[in-house]
Amino acid sequence: MTLAQPADIARLKRIHPGLFVRPLPHRLRDWALWLAFFAALGFGLWWIDASPMRLLNGLNKLGLLVTLMIPPWPGDGLWDYTLAMLETVAMAFLGTVIAFVVALPLGFLGAKNIVPNWVFHFGIRRFFDAFRGIDGLVWALIFVSAVGLGPFAGVLAIAVGDVMVFGKLFAEAIENVDRKPVEGVRASGGGELHIVRLGVFPQVFPVMMSHALYFFESNVRSATILGIVGAGGIGLQLSDRIRINNWQEAAFIILMILVTVAVIDAISRRIRARLI
Amino acid sequence: MSTLTQTNGRLSSTTREERLTSFEDRYRQQQFTRRNWTFLYGALFLVALVASVAVSDFSIPGLIKGLPMAWNYIAGTLPTLTLENFGADMAEWYWGLRFWTRLLVETILMGFVGTVLGGVLALALCFPASRNLVQNSGIYFAARRALEFCRTVPELVFALIFVFAFGLGPFAGVLAIAVHTAGSLGKLFAEVNENVDPGPIEGVRASGGNWPMIMRLGVVPQALPNYASYLLLRFEINVRGASALGLVGAGGIGEDLYVAIRQFEYTDISAIMLLLILTTSVIDIICETIRHRLIGHSLQQSA
Repeated sequence: MTLAQPADIARLKRIHPGLFVRPLPHRLRDWALWLAFFAALGFGLWWIDASPMRLLNGLNKLGLLVTLMIPPWPGDGLWDYTLAMLETVAMAFLGTVIAFVVALPLGFLGAKNIVPNWVFHFGIRRFFDAFRGIDGLVWALIFVSAVGLGPFAGVLAIAVGDVMVFGKLFAEAIENVDRKPVEGVRASGGGELHIVRLGVFPQVFPVMMSHALYFFESNVRSATILGIVGAGGIGLQLSDRIRINNWQEAAFIILMILVTVAVIDAISRRIRARLI
Repeated sequence: MSTLTQTNGRLSSTTREERLTSFEDRYRQQQFTRRNWTFLYGALFLVALVASVAVSDFSIPGLIKGLPMAWNYIAGTLPTLTLENFGADMAEWYWGLRFWTRLLVETILMGFVGTVLGGVLALALCFPASRNLVQNSGIYFAARRALEFCRTVPELVFALIFVFAFGLGPFAGVLAIAVHTAGSLGKLFAEVNENVDPGPIEGVRASGGNWPMIMRLGVVPQALPNYASYLLLRFEINVRGASALGLVGAGGIGEDLYVAIRQFEYTDISAIMLLLILTTSVIDIICETIRHRLIGHSLQQSA
């Protein structure tokens, strides 16, 4: 095999110019997009008042904080922190369970093959989507105002934040059901109840459980911070320790969060692997 | 496996009834183990439920009392809008629109800059965190743990600490978003990298490319559409997250929402929340459209 000679390349370039250079409109569009991107980035950096000096000064301070954090030490609050951590996990668990139960009927309502009216379908899907726009912490703040300080507000915040996402995921799971088992049950003489129990449920249940476990994991993460606005859990202790400049204990709490999240992830990964 | 071959070997010499009973035995046995597992999981679930209720002071009477309270609160935030006086009512409800728009722009910018900075960090860290791209297991381990740390510490905790170090305002918020984004995107990018076709990598290596060249020419072109798709997804999430960062003083519309909720300015709460929902919905729709185009484009190219 011989290598391509420069003359060959020149000839090919002459015959098929389009293969070597992209069309001008494409290049212009790309340039415009990149320009817009960097303009937006520059504007954003200017808006937030970013500067290398600020970054350096901040990193200096951050380094100081990190040295203050070492070694992480619970002080005499170990028992309180453990209780608060348990409360966090309990909040996440209850919130997930409540959201799951409430979302089940919503999921059936939102599924195209259960309620075939497309206006209703479109409406309920947008409704599900809209609620995702609010962060869990904002819900927590609202529920703290509504029902008072404590884990109850946190449970409600987690449940409300998750219900709509669950509803959407469940509706999708129900829509994706394979119709063959359903037909099979019907063909062997099963009634509506049999169809749901033997044709739909076995297909949908593992998917739903896997979603629920995944949400439980992510809820444990978000529950750790709900306490910052007074909705129970470890977040209150953490923000307090940071506020009073007790960095050793703050670092200890952060480590506790990391370990708890890792343990719960590992457990739920096990269960998920069994389910599917 | 061994039982299967045994029954296979005996098949010819067994009668129909024997086979049927052995099948039924097996079926009953399977059903029994399954029931046991279901029962065990159910019991575990109940124990966890009871323990959670006990720990979190959750109670049905509390729920019955609390839910109407929550509902009243939410209903109280809704403004009175009348049809004959709609324009003036809307104007009163959205009296702070100019101010809120400014804060909304700030929130979106925080999400954008945080996503870009986090994406750059993630891109730098994702190659050493891919098992198929690094031989040195020490580097792999370190990169993985660093990403894990950034991902697991909640964004808001970073924000709390950064507000101390970098001062109040959106700068701290953007950095918090960037660090958290680096962690979660880095992991996703690394997973994309681990699934690339090894052919181009070997090709670049065989023609004498060094490690950065292999990454640039062998890996990135394959992974780019997926990177972009994840980046857009993360942008959606980060705009939502940026709206909460204001609660700890890290900039964005959360600051004003916090004030409104704390000072019980009811109609302001619903006005800001509606704005937030609208903004995030619009961003979701735009990002989804771009994502579909990106992935569709890459499919066309490969076809």
